[in-house]
Amino acid sequence: MATLLNVVTSPAEVYPFGIRHSSDMIADLSSRAYEYRAQVLSMVYGRQSGHIGGAFSIAEILTCLYFHHLRLDPVNPEWPDRDRLVFSKGHACAMLYTVLAHRGYFPVSELPTFRALNTRLQGHPEPRRTPGVEVAAGPLGHGVAIGAGMALAARMDKSRRRIYAILGDGELNSGVIWEGLLVGAKFGLDNLTAIVDYNGVQQTGTTSHVMPTEPIADKWASFNWHVIEIHGHNVAEILNALDEADEVHGRPVVIIARTTKGKGVSFMENQPAWHGGVPNKTQFEAALAELEEGARQWQA
Amino acid sequence: MASMTLNPLGESTLMRKAYGEALVELGRNRDDLVVLSADVQSSDFSSMFETAFPDRFINVGIAEPALVDVAVGLANAGKIPIANTFAFLFATRALEMVRTHLCYAGANVKLAGAYAGLSDSFDGPTHQTVADLAIFRSLPNITIVVPADASAVKKLLPQIAAWKGPVYFRICRNEVPAVFGEDYQPEIGKGITLIEGSDVTIVACGIMVARAVQAAWQLRENNIRARVVEMHTIKPIDTDLVTRCARETGVLVSAEEHSIVGGLGGAIAECLSESCPVPLERVGVNDAFAECGPYLELLEKYGLGVDAIVAAAERALARKAQESSKLICVAG
Repeated sequence: MATLLNVVTSPAEVYPFGIRHSSDMIADLSSRAYEYRAQVLSMVYGRQSGHIGGAFSIAEILTCLYFHHLRLDPVNPEWPDRDRLVFSKGHACAMLYTVLAHRGYFPVSELPTFRALNTRLQGHPEPRRTPGVEVAAGPLGHGVAIGAGMALAARMDKSRRRIYAILGDGELNSGVIWEGLLVGAKFGLDNLTAIVDYNGVQQTGTTSHVMPTEPIADKWASFNWHVIEIHGHNVAEILNALDEADEVHGRPVVIIARTTKGKGVSFMENQPAWHGGVPNKTQFEAALAELEEGARQWQA
Repeated sequence: MASMTLNPLGESTLMRKAYGEALVELGRNRDDLVVLSADVQSSDFSSMFETAFPDRFINVGIAEPALVDVAVGLANAGKIPIANTFAFLFATRALEMVRTHLCYAGANVKLAGAYAGLSDSFDGPTHQTVADLAIFRSLPNITIVVPADASAVKKLLPQIAAWKGPVYFRICRNEVPAVFGEDYQPEIGKGITLIEGSDVTIVACGIMVARAVQAAWQLRENNIRARVVEMHTIKPIDTDLVTRCARETGVLVSAEEHSIVGGLGGAIAECLSESCPVPLERVGVNDAFAECGPYLELLEKYGLGVDAIVAAAERALARKAQESSKLICVAG
């Protein structure tokens, strides 16, 4: 077993909300995103089932949210004023489970039970089974409308808690996404931030081939959302975008994160086959070596 | 028992207006109640809640999937959301949302399905709903409640709000006669015997309860003593009561403003086949789409009249006579 999977970091260090984004913090979060990719790789390899590509593309985004930006209490997962994260692209949940475990919601040692019989870590997320999971996901398209409901509730409660919805780009094909955009804009839900993992690839091909959605920023803007576009693997840009979103008033925010499906493993990057593909032993070892190299570049 | 069922039946009133009034009353008693609509609040009278509590009313537009999903988000924060649209839209267009978040993940959302059965009569089969009970009944973890008159709406709605878990509440668009007297105290999950009888049991829900009562009176004139049970909770069905009626009266009739496939009659058939297999005659829409027209005439044409229940009871009794001879053969 390679060293990346032997690193014990449970629960991992949290950089408190509001802290300055130091270069050490950025390097650490960037490095950890590779560590979590290796964990996901191991889970999917171990079960010979799961979705690697879309999990790898959100590694930095989820790391920034769970280890810095979200106000949460893993000891008290039901804390009413916690920030909410709606994980809409449910198939990528191996990364969500990995981040939740390292954040302290459940033991890291439970991660290898992913998709096994009797596990709490179901093939797609289910909130009553898994601490830290807010809503069920898997059927795509729910995130914006559910997030809007959460944002309306926060407003009724006069709470400052914020709502984040992680969306895939493929799921923007779904009509209910756009219903949710209308609702968010109608009520001016500035406590709601959608984050689109725009990796450009869905199950059977590129998004531009399967169902073109560009110009995506213009579409969200025309629905009266505040649009922020970033490079979705750049931790500094992610952290800044999350801060900027907090300051927008009167409109919901979308962060369109340009990412790479399968990020970090050369032979998986931008390949539709790695949406739901599972590695054999040779591929597993080659991928792990690349992810180690990815982590190392941030550890110098 | 006399004041449980009115004899004669009382004045007809709009069930949906009673629903609007019940929502307002509930809103006064519960700060956590939030009412949502897919832009039909003027149809189902949830506009009464909008007027009384504008800060707790959300119109998502003509977007039923978003209607349910927004309610799911509200429930996540501990609100009690009651989502409102036409019954068929919950059961068809928004079904995936209901299945995934309410039934599978347990989101504590209440659905009020308006214009159920054939009650949106002039709008025709596109708006009528005769499969919702079958559709929702096939899903785990959802409770299904069908009120029979205006007073039942007012007595059941607070229980639905307090119920832990998702509920589907099915409401008629039109005027329905008052069936229940002051002693009527429904409890979710428990059927109620309205009229005692030993020859046949008629189990009814919704607007068919009044008709079942009238059918029992008519049967009495022919010296047939029909028991009438109101089954306002379709899921979970009161299996103990159904089984007891089967044992005590030997034959049953179901009556519902729904397809004979998979609704109240289906639930009773499943129950009987496991606990006490006696004959059952199902009164309902005979696996068909109806058409447009005046409500009461439509109910007659599609087999939901009082006479249809009487005829079903007589068929059931004839089968009981045959079955008893067969049973003797088997036993011998």
